[in-house]
Amino acid sequence: MSFFFEVLIAGLLSGVMYALVALGFVLVYKASGVFNFAQGAMVFFAALTCVGFNEVFGLSLWIAIPLTMLVMVILGMAIEKIVLRRLVNQPEITLFMATIGLSFFIEGLAQLLWGSQPHKLTLPIEDVPIAFLMDQFNMLISQFDVIAACICAILVLVLALLFSKTKIGRALRAVADDHQAALSVGIPLQHIWAVVWAVAGFVSLVAGLLWGARNGVQFSLVYIALKALPVLILGGFTSVPGAIAGGLIIGASEKLAEVYLGPIMGGGIEGWFPYVLALLFLLVRPEGLFGEKIIRRI
Amino acid sequence: MFYREAGQFKTTYAADSQIFPIKQDRIGIALLFACAFFVVPFVAPAYVISAILIPFLIFSLAALGLNILTGYAGQLSLGSAAFMAVGAFASYNFVLRIPGIPLLLAFALGGICASLVGMAFGLPSLRIRGFYLAAATLATQFFVVWCLTKISWFTNSSSSGVITAQEMTILEFHFHTPASKYVLTLSIVAVLALLAKNMVRSNIGRSWMAVRDMDVAAEVIGIRLMRTKMLAFAVSSFYCGIAGALYAYAYLGTVEPEAYNLDLSFRILFMVIIGGAGSILGAFLGAAFIILLPILIDFITHALALPTSVSSNLELMVFGGLIIFFLIVEPHGLARLWQITKEKCRLWPFPY
Amino acid sequence: MKFIKTIISAVAVCSALASIGNAVADEQYIPLLSYRVGPYAAGGSGFFGGAVDYFNLINAKGGINGVKISWEECETEYNPSRGVECYERLKHKNGGASLVDPLSTGIAYGILDRLAEDRIPMTTLGYGRSDAANGKVFPYVFPLVTSYWNQAAAMIKYLGDKSGGMDKLKGKKIVDLYHDSAFGKEPFPVFEALSKKYGFELIKVPVAHPGNEQQSQWLQIRQANPDYVILWGWGVMNAVSLKTAQRNGFPREKILGVWWAGSEEDVIPAGDAAKGYSTMTINSPGNFALLDDIRKTVYDAGKGNLDDKKRIGSVVHMRGITAAILWVEAIRKAQDRFGKGHTMTSEQIRWGFENLNIDEARQKALGVQDMFPPVKTSCDDHEGSGAVKVQEWTGDHWKAVTPNWFVGDKVLTRALIEESSAKYAAEKKITPACLK
Repeated sequence: MSFFFEVLIAGLLSGVMYALVALGFVLVYKASGVFNFAQGAMVFFAALTCVGFNEVFGLSLWIAIPLTMLVMVILGMAIEKIVLRRLVNQPEITLFMATIGLSFFIEGLAQLLWGSQPHKLTLPIEDVPIAFLMDQFNMLISQFDVIAACICAILVLVLALLFSKTKIGRALRAVADDHQAALSVGIPLQHIWAVVWAVAGFVSLVAGLLWGARNGVQFSLVYIALKALPVLILGGFTSVPGAIAGGLIIGASEKLAEVYLGPIMGGGIEGWFPYVLALLFLLVRPEGLFGEKIIRRI
Repeated sequence: MFYREAGQFKTTYAADSQIFPIKQDRIGIALLFACAFFVVPFVAPAYVISAILIPFLIFSLAALGLNILTGYAGQLSLGSAAFMAVGAFASYNFVLRIPGIPLLLAFALGGICASLVGMAFGLPSLRIRGFYLAAATLATQFFVVWCLTKISWFTNSSSSGVITAQEMTILEFHFHTPASKYVLTLSIVAVLALLAKNMVRSNIGRSWMAVRDMDVAAEVIGIRLMRTKMLAFAVSSFYCGIAGALYAYAYLGTVEPEAYNLDLSFRILFMVIIGGAGSILGAFLGAAFIILLPILIDFITHALALPTSVSSNLELMVFGGLIIFFLIVEPHGLARLWQITKEKCRLWPFPY
Repeated sequence: MKFIKTIISAVAVCSALASIGNAVADEQYIPLLSYRVGPYAAGGSGFFGGAVDYFNLINAKGGINGVKISWEECETEYNPSRGVECYERLKHKNGGASLVDPLSTGIAYGILDRLAEDRIPMTTLGYGRSDAANGKVFPYVFPLVTSYWNQAAAMIKYLGDKSGGMDKLKGKKIVDLYHDSAFGKEPFPVFEALSKKYGFELIKVPVAHPGNEQQSQWLQIRQANPDYVILWGWGVMNAVSLKTAQRNGFPREKILGVWWAGSEEDVIPAGDAAKGYSTMTINSPGNFALLDDIRKTVYDAGKGNLDDKKRIGSVVHMRGITAAILWVEAIRKAQDRFGKGHTMTSEQIRWGFENLNIDEARQKALGVQDMFPPVKTSCDDHEGSGAVKVQEWTGDHWKAVTPNWFVGDKVLTRALIEESSAKYAAEKKITPACLK
């Protein structure tokens, strides 16, 4: 029985890590209607830049992280100015394809600047089982996962508060609803988009640091975005709490399925199981659990 | 001056509704086919045939399939490589297990298997739209590749899951030179492209476009949504399946399920978007662009003699940058550029 | 459509012209189908960097009996379609390609069927089809040094020795944590046969590509409580395995990795979780006279291919150098027979590969004594060795655990090779025979 709980808790915790990446997607989609496929590349770029500052320039992490934040903000503003501004009012699919092109560009840029070697990232959190739980309940739960979950929870809280309580949050929601109307009320569109991409860059940095500490900073961080997509589908593209809820559900079910269903089916089902699960959810709720209902006028 | 339609009168309905109503177009296409069938196989170097023309034809067929689904019927799909894989492995199994089966029949049956899979995974499209559907088609992509890797019956219990496509033979003629493979691929693609062009000009194509533009309104005027969407998935998967079979038989020769991965799906989607969604010519132009571009960039970076680590990353950056550039400059794709060129040609040397 | 045809013919003309301009027929031309971007860029840049470094060294010393090596890299991005295109483009350039080695199983499969017609030999050092060791069926493919099946057999032998003898394996549990792809499934015939022979329980646990998340796999492993875990992984899967093992309290001393899970790129990202982890290797870790020579002759002259000098002598770099040494020795052997001081055709070089004999004396003369096992090929045996060593990661460098080269159950693997290559020959209607 305790094994079942172990798997469940491990799943919930890894789901939180997926939600962290999904948050970046949600932010950009919520505020500018762009499905930013380059989010994975941005996570990789953020992590690699941080490690690059740390190793190549010998800066300590406490300096490297704010510096990387600055770089991500500049990157976000550059993306908004060079790519998105020219593609205003294009259909969603064109914007999506542009972000895929952007992801190639960022991947190439990251490896051009910092090289293609994998790097180690040591955060001051150790990835070992919590001794207390191991002794009392014979359950192995990593303290890194727990701390990452806490960080994610704080981030989600801050973002949810930002969107609902602050003036800039209201402006972001207005822009997502209707660009023209927001402009006519006097909301500065370009500034808002720059803010959105900067915040998305910050979320990418946090995700990049946590995933990089877990897996090592290497190119495969880009594929974490593919793990975050089912979370997005399940939770809805436009909902911050949805990202968390989706993450928890996807993480837990993925691990439980792999452990209990996997051996029957030959194993390795983790690749497609979250997607099929999200697909089944969509059949019941086509906009995801917490997503906004798409109102189509004829 | 040269592209004048003056003096070309149509006296029958059939003449009026032909695919190439302008005589110059007809001559151009006839020359193109003559060149492609009779000149290129003998004149072109083997490298151009086997590494540029054959993949170009195969990818344009796959892009045609995806164009029907995404460009004409408006159902965004990221699972085209999975349908290609189904077509390839199904054809392989038909040729393997039914000795003496005609090759084209095996391909067709492989395409039909891909259609069935496409329809099964297309059912959610009745309920889900837009990006949610795209993300749902990713489920297809991952699930199908997993199935082909796991179930060893599909790969004839090969220990590493790799299949070696049998040699292609039609009526005792063996296709093993690049030129013969090229002619076979060209014939198949030409026939299927003609079929696609006529399909999209017909009732079916119009119902697809109606569904794309506004499916609720389409339903209101009497178009059966389920039938139309399922047909779009079926036809699109059929084309992708044949393309996948050709990819294994006429190009790579030995293939594993991993060769039909998400990367390939994205490439085909690129071809559709850059070539022009909703246009048959667009599929061909997009395929040519995506195939030739890396070679061109490679050429240029070699000419500049940059160190290879720099040049490889620059290739990737230039590729991404050019895609963005094209989307900014001409969001309707290369087909639209071609259309504008033709219109200008019709007027030249007059300004309007 | 016509427009595109014009572009295509323009490109064809340009490349034809370009190749005319470049044709220097008295150099040995080797196209390198390399990859330096994407998830495996670190491995690719190390391997091909090593090969280029060795080429530069040979050329600096006057070439192979006076014949210099020329080479060209083509970016394949580890993609079969790109790999085939690169191969087709470069195979006839500059008088014809001498040999090819794509360092990718997918690309190797895509090129396999074209080799016999183009008569270009392909080496697949430590990867690719294991049954290609049978030169009668695969005359143009050379899985040099050791293939996957022999590595798998050697792994079981090592685990047996570690347990105190092969008979002590009976009743033990060995988990095979593998990458769910053609690469990962390659050793199954050997593992299953050996499991039946020695009586150990083999549990196969797949990891879906790319393997960023392995918590459920390691929970299962902990549940099964095996004696050993074989890590048959590639890319990011390796570092994640080690870290997840640490997180689940599984001792890394019980994990034995393959050589694609045993390079610096795999263990450095895992940090402390990799200390004490052992893997198989076809190169002895450490420094060699040749490496010092490269440092002096090539890097000090500014022609070094690696950006970071600390990577000289790393696992993938040494593997690239080993490959280049074998290529050059094959060319040398061909020259000994067909004409010293002349450029060799690809068929002559194929003969060279089939008659390689790099023994310890030759290794000493090259300055690579004991860097790799002695290699002796023949028509029946395109592999040439089958021997491996085991190395352990100390935290900042690799250290050899087994002092000598050893092999696993070669009789069993040979039987499997014969069976599998016969199946391929029947499918492709090839009559097995040695080429002259």
